[in-house]
Amino acid sequence: MEILQSLKIALRALKANKMRSFLTMLGIIIGIGAVIVMIAIGSGASQMIADQIASIGSNIIMVIPGSTTSGGARTGFHSAPTLTWDDVKAIRNECPSVALVAPTARGAAQVVYGNMNWSTLVQGITPEFLQIREWNLVAGRGLTEADVEGARKDCLLGMTVAETLFGSEDPVGKVVRIKKVPFTVVGVLERKGQSPRGDDQDDAVFLPLTTAQRKIIGTQFPNTVGAMLIQAVSEDRLQQAEQEVSSLLDQRHRIGPTKERDYSVRNLSEILAVSQQSAQVMSLLLGAVASISLLVGGIGIMNIMLVSVTERTREIGIRMAIGAKQRNILLQFLTEAVLMTLFGGIIGMLMGVVGATVVSRLVGWPTLIASQAIVISFLFSGGVGIFFGFYPARKAAGLNPIDALRYE
Amino acid sequence: MSEVVKLVELTKVYDLGEQRVQALRGVSFAVASGEFLAIMGASGSGKSTCMYILGCLDTPTSGQYLLENVSVGNLSRNQLAEIRNSKLGFVFQGFNLLPRTTALENVELPLIYARVSAGERKKRALEALNRVGLADRAGHLTNQLSGGQQQRVAIARSLANRPAMILADEPTGNLDTKTSAEIMDIFSELNGQGITIIMVTHEPDMAAYARRVITFRDGLVLSDERNPAPQQGN
Repeated sequence: MEILQSLKIALRALKANKMRSFLTMLGIIIGIGAVIVMIAIGSGASQMIADQIASIGSNIIMVIPGSTTSGGARTGFHSAPTLTWDDVKAIRNECPSVALVAPTARGAAQVVYGNMNWSTLVQGITPEFLQIREWNLVAGRGLTEADVEGARKDCLLGMTVAETLFGSEDPVGKVVRIKKVPFTVVGVLERKGQSPRGDDQDDAVFLPLTTAQRKIIGTQFPNTVGAMLIQAVSEDRLQQAEQEVSSLLDQRHRIGPTKERDYSVRNLSEILAVSQQSAQVMSLLLGAVASISLLVGGIGIMNIMLVSVTERTREIGIRMAIGAKQRNILLQFLTEAVLMTLFGGIIGMLMGVVGATVVSRLVGWPTLIASQAIVISFLFSGGVGIFFGFYPARKAAGLNPIDALRYE
Repeated sequence: MSEVVKLVELTKVYDLGEQRVQALRGVSFAVASGEFLAIMGASGSGKSTCMYILGCLDTPTSGQYLLENVSVGNLSRNQLAEIRNSKLGFVFQGFNLLPRTTALENVELPLIYARVSAGERKKRALEALNRVGLADRAGHLTNQLSGGQQQRVAIARSLANRPAMILADEPTGNLDTKTSAEIMDIFSELNGQGITIIMVTHEPDMAAYARRVITFRDGLVLSDERNPAPQQGN
């Protein structure tokens, strides 16, 4: 009942000074709104990176061939076919921390179906590739061991290619021509979205590695492969797998003091974990900056509450003379401050949600509004009210009734 | 008749830094239940200080103040607030009503702090307004009322909690002669119904309504006289 009365009194006091109450609330509205938008942008960014990490697959290392020195000029990665099928077999057999090895080869080619054509990435793969990438089919079947061994002319389409060439038609069983070679579409892959580097992962055609090398990409060196995707048996054995693979390859390629490594090993998850961390730091910083505006808003509340206490000194005196205890007066002014910040908080929250949506629509940044962020900012705005309202309320409650009554 | 108020050798010293002001220098008197007492005196005579102590808004430096036989001289702020709420009613010179608030709500105010339920509160507040003849103005905002009406609302407010006594501090100071007489008539009438009233005034015309007049000078009681024929309302 006491709270109810305080609420009634507080509402009346706020209504009596509508403009002032609104301007004071504006500080909180902007503060909470900014916090919500900033956190939405921050968590949107980390969510995007987390999705990308998930889209690569888990516990993956990549072995990239290349970098040989010929005549003093060092070539870059992917430039020399230094990895072989024998390396693949050796890693499969001799590295206990490695679960799967997927050799690949990449090239570009034009894919033709009927009167449609599309230039895209052609990737030679083995059955392990889809397993490691955790990439599912939406139609048809995947590539098999038999496809690779027999160098069959079967292919899988990425979603972008399937949509571009076939539209609403079902591609499975149809024949497409890649560099004039007819391939049967045996399956379509589910949509993966953007890669961490920003490429469209669905804009690709997948062929058996052997077929790709012989018919499409071509290589002067038989028995070689391109980059390898390697999956460790578990996350905690990822580093061990990396070590096993590099020492085995060092041994097989006779890498020593006189010979530089002709391949490189990369841990993709680690790279992404770092970028995710930086996104989190970023969102923390954004949140911190926004919190400053909330702090300024809180100081505005305190300022106006002090003015209000001074203005209403006589009213406080009357209430005290009539029998209000210090607690009653404290509660009354605290309620007023909290009411103002909570109103501000709710409006700020709505503005924040709208603002975040506008940002993601206009600028194209991904935003994510977590329900916790809303609950926390609501509680936080109440907390701001209590924190900044307490000093003025205590000042009001501490007034001497006689002085307050005599105040002009 | 039982004593509502008993003051024994009351002193009050205000410590204003270097200066010490002796506002009361040993005041003793008693007020019986149902009395109508006027306290008079020039400004600085200590009558206001005495009023504040009687009203439990201030505490004496030394001496004893018994309110209904309970010593209230040295209670905590919260205890004093409770006594003000339950045993005393105040009427001030400047009315001291809450602005932008209806007459009824003003009268309900002491009942809110006494935690009286909403229904009972309204009933008692209307009853009090009725006693001062303002039941028909219950819903008016205080700033829509005339000075005399405002003071009557204040009297209703002081009655709401059924106090042991009403303390009035220059209740007619801001009113014209005709309205002053109306207000004094209300006090006389309430006193006739058995309510104890202590009124501070410097106007002999107003003191004439009281049945007993105490005059202060320099922090002491100068005279304490009975008024055999107090002025009555028309």
